[in-house]
Amino acid sequence: MTKFNSSCRRDTLSKTLLAGLCVLGVSLAFAQTEESAATKRERSGHDYAELAKAPEKWRIKENPLATDPDAVAAGRKLFEAHCAECHGETAAGGKKGPSLRAQEVQQATPGAIFWVLTNGVVRRGMPVWSKLPEPQRWQIVTYLKSLGPPPNHNEVSK
Amino acid sequence: MDLSSPAVKLTTALRTIALLLFAVLAACVSRAQESPYIVTYDHYLEEPGNLEVEYYSAFATQRGGNDFHAFWLEFEYGATAWWTTELYLDGQTTFDDSTIFTGFRLENRFRLLQHEHFINPVLYVEYEQISGADKIMKEIEGHDVESDHLDPNGLARQEHKHELELKLLLSKTFNGWNVALNPLFTKNLSPSEPWEFGYALGASRPLALKASSKRCTFCRENFVAGVEMYGGLGDAKSPGLHETSHYLAPVVAWNLPSDWTVRLSPGFGLNDNSHRLLLRWGLSHEFSGFGEMIGRLFGGRR
Repeated sequence: MTKFNSSCRRDTLSKTLLAGLCVLGVSLAFAQTEESAATKRERSGHDYAELAKAPEKWRIKENPLATDPDAVAAGRKLFEAHCAECHGETAAGGKKGPSLRAQEVQQATPGAIFWVLTNGVVRRGMPVWSKLPEPQRWQIVTYLKSLGPPPNHNEVSK
Repeated sequence: MDLSSPAVKLTTALRTIALLLFAVLAACVSRAQESPYIVTYDHYLEEPGNLEVEYYSAFATQRGGNDFHAFWLEFEYGATAWWTTELYLDGQTTFDDSTIFTGFRLENRFRLLQHEHFINPVLYVEYEQISGADKIMKEIEGHDVESDHLDPNGLARQEHKHELELKLLLSKTFNGWNVALNPLFTKNLSPSEPWEFGYALGASRPLALKASSKRCTFCRENFVAGVEMYGGLGDAKSPGLHETSHYLAPVVAWNLPSDWTVRLSPGFGLNDNSHRLLLRWGLSHEFSGFGEMIGRLFGGRR
C-alpha cells in the first residue's frame, strides 16, 4: 500500500490532465489524417464502391416500407438526426460524406443501400448503423430513394 | 423526518436536478440514439469526430457503514469509426465522511471486424490509476464485495492502484433487440496481484422500432429499456463464485432532444456479498463535429 500525500495528489491530477490531453491530441491527429485522406478522394467513384459489395441476398431484398405513407417523413427525420452531419442537409454531399443523390446511390437497389447503412464503411469513416432498428433503416432508405438527383448536379452542400 | 439526513438531501437534490433537466431538455428535438447500459458495452463506438460528455451517479446502501454516492465524468471521443477513446474522472461522497477525487481511467475500444457479423467483437483496453476509496463500481471483478467499501475515506484513499483492464465486448442486434456479453480480465500492475475475472451481460430494446414522422420528445422510439447483470468471477488464484458479488439492474434510456440522453438503473444485489441497492443514473450530451472544430482552431482544416 502506498501512502498518498498532498503533493502526490497534485502529481496525480497533473498526470491525469496531461494524459487526457495526450489522448485527445493523438485522437485528433488521427482523425485529421483520416479526414484529409477523405478530402483527397475528391468524391471519386471509390465513395460508392461499397454498394457493389452488397451480397446478392441483400441486393434483391425489397423495402418493406417502400409504400408506407409515413416512411419518407420519418426517414427524413432520421436522416437529419444521424446522417446530415456528414452527407449534408440535402444529402447532396458534405465535408465527410459523399452525395447520396448521386446516380450510383439512386440507381442502387434499396437492399444494397440498406446493407451499406447496416454495415457502414468503417475503414473510410462511416460507422455501422445497425444500432438503429431495422424499420428505421428502411425508413431512411425510403427517404433517400425519394430524393432523386440534385437539382444542380454539381451541388455540394457547405 | 430529519431534513438534514443524507437520504432526504439526496432525494431533494435528485428532484431538483430532474426538474431542471426536464425544463431544459423537453423543448428540443430528438437526435441521439444511445444504448441504455451503464455497465455493459455493446459493439457500437462513438461516431468519428464526435465528443460525448457523460456524468454518472451511483448511490449505494452500505451495511455496517455509511451509504455513499459515487460519481464519474466521462469524455468519450470517436477518433475513427473503429477506435473510441475515453477519459474518466472518478469521485465519491461517503455520507458523514467526506467527498474526494478517487482517480482516473483511460479507456480505448477497438472494433475488430469491418462489417456486421453474427457476433461483433470489440477489444476494450483500460488503464486505471485509482485509490482504494474508488466506489463507482463501473465493473465488478474478482472477489469485490460490499465490505470492501467499509473503510473510511481517510484510510481507503491511502491505497493506490494501477490496473490494466481488458474486456472482449461481444454484441449482436437483431429484431430490435441488442444482446451483449462482456467477459473481463483485470490485472493490478503490482507483480504479486493475480488476474481477476468478471462479467457483464445485457439485453435491451427500443419501445418502438419504427420512427414516427413527426418530431417528438415523448415518442416510444426515444425510450430504450432493458436489463443488465454483472459480477465477479474470482481471480487466478481462486476462480469461481465464492466471495463474489452480483447485481441485476433494469435499465432505461431516454434519448432526449439535441443529443441529450438520460439513463436510469436501479440495481439490486443478488447475494449476501452485494450491496442491497445500487441506484445509478446518468446524463450525457454528444457534441457533433468536435474534432473538426478543434482541428479548425489549430488550423488543421482547409
